[in-house]
Amino acid sequence: MTLRPDLALVAELIPTGSRVLDLGCGGGALLHHLAEESGCSGIGVEIDPDAVLEALRVGVSVIELDIDRQLDAFAPRSFDVVVLSRTLQTIRRPEEVLQEMSRIGDLLIVSVPNFGWWGHRLRLLTGRMPMSKELPYAWYNTPNLRFTTLADLEDLFASLDLTVQRRITLTVKGAPLTVIDRAANLMAGAAVYVLSPSR
Amino acid sequence: MNDSGSVGIVSTQTVRLFTADDPLVLASGATLGPIDVAFETYGTLSPNADNAVMILHALTGDAHAAGWHEGARRPGWWDNLIGPGKPLDTDRFFVVCANLLGGCQGTTGPSSVNPATGRLYGLDFPVLAMSDFVAVHRALVRHLGITRLLAALGGSLGGMQVLEWSLTYPEELANALIIAASSRLTAQNIAFSAVARRAIMTDPNFHEGRYSEAGVIPNGGLSIARMMAHITYLSEEALSEKFGRNPHPDAGKPGFGIDFAVESYLSYQGNAFLERFDALSYLYLTRVMDYFDPFEHPTASVARVQAHPLRFLVISFATDWRFSSMHSRRIVRRLVNAGQPVSFREIPSTWGHDSFLLEIESYHATVRAFLDRALEEGTR
Repeated sequence: MTLRPDLALVAELIPTGSRVLDLGCGGGALLHHLAEESGCSGIGVEIDPDAVLEALRVGVSVIELDIDRQLDAFAPRSFDVVVLSRTLQTIRRPEEVLQEMSRIGDLLIVSVPNFGWWGHRLRLLTGRMPMSKELPYAWYNTPNLRFTTLADLEDLFASLDLTVQRRITLTVKGAPLTVIDRAANLMAGAAVYVLSPSR
Repeated sequence: MNDSGSVGIVSTQTVRLFTADDPLVLASGATLGPIDVAFETYGTLSPNADNAVMILHALTGDAHAAGWHEGARRPGWWDNLIGPGKPLDTDRFFVVCANLLGGCQGTTGPSSVNPATGRLYGLDFPVLAMSDFVAVHRALVRHLGITRLLAALGGSLGGMQVLEWSLTYPEELANALIIAASSRLTAQNIAFSAVARRAIMTDPNFHEGRYSEAGVIPNGGLSIARMMAHITYLSEEALSEKFGRNPHPDAGKPGFGIDFAVESYLSYQGNAFLERFDALSYLYLTRVMDYFDPFEHPTASVARVQAHPLRFLVISFATDWRFSSMHSRRIVRRLVNAGQPVSFREIPSTWGHDSFLLEIESYHATVRAFLDRALEEGTR
């Protein structure tokens, strides 16, 4: 099974043998890959019923719970790595969820679509809500509740005492994008952050 | 009887697993022997004995989980789950189900005869613990030539036995399915059991537990216990949907008989129970549930399973208020924080605690996905 490119990128950031909590694990592709390829163990969290069955079928442990309200199920520092990939924008209380992730894990990996990408900015100038490969929905049917630019997101990280260890920027199609720091918020379609909480 | 997916005609067998000379030492330190165990099996044990799944039944269940007894009008109590092509596919799995210790459906219990006295045990039967149920199940599994179960699976009290087994002898299980269970009864749970026991023990026919010798049964108390328990097995929504405030067809003017349909239903359930269940077993088995608290010592309780990890699937039902999802989430939390691979689902269902016995698509699909993967991994 080949891993979706953005998940392959996340997988490369996770140290061998880690215990991983994957929030919004879908069908368990990332955890399955990590278990097979790099000796990781872990648990996924998912609320989509079909995805839960898919994960169970491939042998990924998966817990059906609401990321917004029920992360208190996990003890402090009970995982090496907590992953939230392409999910932050769909949750109601991103600030609280990031705080919970900081409590649970020693390393956080968060990937987000960038609302500040130039294509979105242009579309807004035409008077239309942004749509793209990263954000393919109309305003009335999008699962995305929280739109953020990388700049705004990094302000939130700072206010939560989350240190950005690495930031990997991606094109709107998900390919790696090398870009100078100042241009990231304009040029990147998405980004993956490696964060460490202050202890 | 010839419906596809049925294991067909089956019968219950009995085996003596402990004797008076070689008794079981109970958790309390007391000894008990002989112990006979009633059990059924479905499917075929693989040459490597690596496809065995043990079913642990709930409070009033028995060994007859699937298929049909000769001439019976109903199949076994979990027939919708067990059979060819069903989630517990008997073309691939070897399934074992035994009546538990202290029960009244063929396995030694308080209404069995004590060979030492020639009289039935009655209240002289020793008080049991969850680990005693597991000790007897383990002896049966060994007797069948199985050293490691592919899975143990149970609902309610059955799930509690699976949890006990997985924490105390994790090396004997590869997978544990704990459904609609609890790792610690709440005060409300214990309160319901207390009323049930009081109803039984204050019945004038109880005779200090020696009612059989008097040729009677405490039928008033036992049926009240069952009627009340039955209310807790269904959600308010389920009772409303099933009966609403419908009058009983024979109801005349308001009085103190059976005026409403729900009263008739409970009365029927209470009376039907008298034919298949023993009052003493009810006392002994409910008491075991009250005291069960496997995570009482959080660190020590998980030490064994940490050394021998197994895969857990915990399932609860949204409208279960007997053992609400809170009970299952507690089990999940303890196991996850012990580093165990745990999966958990809360199944949407309007039917309350009884949901675990029903054929609910998402529930059965979950069990199927977990077991299919288990079989693939287990027989690699």
